[in-house]
Amino acid sequence: MIDVLAPGPYATIQDLGRPGYAHLGVPRSGAADERALTLANRLVGNPEGHAGIELTFGGARLRFADPAWIAVTGAPCPLYLAGRVAEMYAPVWVPAGAELVVGAPAAGLRTYLAVRGGVEVEAVLGSRSHDSLSGLGPPPLRPGDRLPVGVAGDRPITVDAVPGPAFPAAPVLGVLPGPREDWFTEEALRAFYGTPYEITPESNRVGVRLRGAALHRAREGEIPSEGMVTGAVQVPPDGRPIVFLPDHPPTGGYPVIGVLTSRALAVIAQLRPGDQVRFRPGGPGAR
Amino acid sequence: MTGGQAPAIRRAGEHGLLVETGELAISHRLDALLRAERPPGVVEIVPGPATVLVVAPGVDLARLRARLSDLARTAGEAPPARPSGTDTVVIPVVYDGADLPGVAELTGLSVRDVIARHTGTELVAGWLGFAPGFAYLTGLDPELHVPRLATPRTSVPAGAVAIAGPYSAVYPSASPGGWRLIGHTTLRTWDVRADPPSILRPGTRVRFQAAGP
Repeated sequence: MIDVLAPGPYATIQDLGRPGYAHLGVPRSGAADERALTLANRLVGNPEGHAGIELTFGGARLRFADPAWIAVTGAPCPLYLAGRVAEMYAPVWVPAGAELVVGAPAAGLRTYLAVRGGVEVEAVLGSRSHDSLSGLGPPPLRPGDRLPVGVAGDRPITVDAVPGPAFPAAPVLGVLPGPREDWFTEEALRAFYGTPYEITPESNRVGVRLRGAALHRAREGEIPSEGMVTGAVQVPPDGRPIVFLPDHPPTGGYPVIGVLTSRALAVIAQLRPGDQVRFRPGGPGAR
Repeated sequence: MTGGQAPAIRRAGEHGLLVETGELAISHRLDALLRAERPPGVVEIVPGPATVLVVAPGVDLARLRARLSDLARTAGEAPPARPSGTDTVVIPVVYDGADLPGVAELTGLSVRDVIARHTGTELVAGWLGFAPGFAYLTGLDPELHVPRLATPRTSVPAGAVAIAGPYSAVYPSASPGGWRLIGHTTLRTWDVRADPPSILRPGTRVRFQAAGP
């Protein structure tokens, strides 16, 4: 059992979500920075899709009733285990009864904790992810929650530590154009790919809302509702783009100017309100 | 799109293709063909009123695009009068919705006629969205097309039967909602423990039936 003493500003259980139900109106959900969760799982010898804890702005305190192997990845935070400094991006042995304190991240937004055996709360539609749009899955963590830990598999822990990724201050993110690029004026495309955008405080796991040059449409009317992918840059009538994160609605009626690459998606999921970002067409991802 | 023509297929990110079907019935036929065939790597098939989104991480999208083009052409050809093996879901409704008198007033019909028109046509689940299990039921009698409420309710109970614009719906779970409530059903259309969790899926035929209170 893991006892949640304090969850920090916002913490949820996340795995790789609920693929395969979009046609029934179910968001995929899952870790916002999938790369960080899968790495944390590999570090403790879990299958990549085991459920872990996604912390937003760090700040959590957890007590481990039983001994455990854990790994913490994503936005780099100070870690204290039983009062001593512990490493991120490494498997860490936790003795029974020890308390883990996660500080505020120096950079980035979301920090992931994996435990060997995985967090084993009840799965809904095959996933333990909290979906902030529909409410499916376990609710956000609260003080006093007790999280069961699953039985560890046979896979050994083989790595001592890995280098963490860089958290660039003003990243340039790769975007694959379309599917509805033709809905926008030349001027809008120049602005989208040529001027900086700022992450606003209204951003959440549904989408990153951007402030910057408004993107005007080349035509009138609306498109009929159509399927949306994670990373889609949807542009509502006010011209302010929204980048869809894993809890996005599976269908939407506003045109999508482009879709972030999976590398770019992992980067934008770690940006904070006030951070700046630029976009470039094509390309394999963030520089 | 008309029968036989190659459909437009647009790129939707690294892992997605968006097929332009141009009409809902073709979206449903392409959806059925894709679910029967399940091309390798396909994880999502999302039909919409004029498109089908196909998501397939890690597969050769050029090959998938060619296959989608063939299937979309087949879907666009004249269909059988009615696909076999598609049963109609009957939804029993107690017509006691808070907005029923208002709908009668807006449409100039009597309450009895509103009910008769709501139960009098077969509807088809077009696509799902807004909430898990929330199906936009198409084919509503044009006399019943009414605008959404100016101010949405903060809470609509699960099972509420509602209309707005050209659609009807059953609220699958409690949620805020701006559609006009005309009744409720005890039929559970959404259950996360059932497989599949929704009895309404794109293409499902639906008929409402008046039930006693």
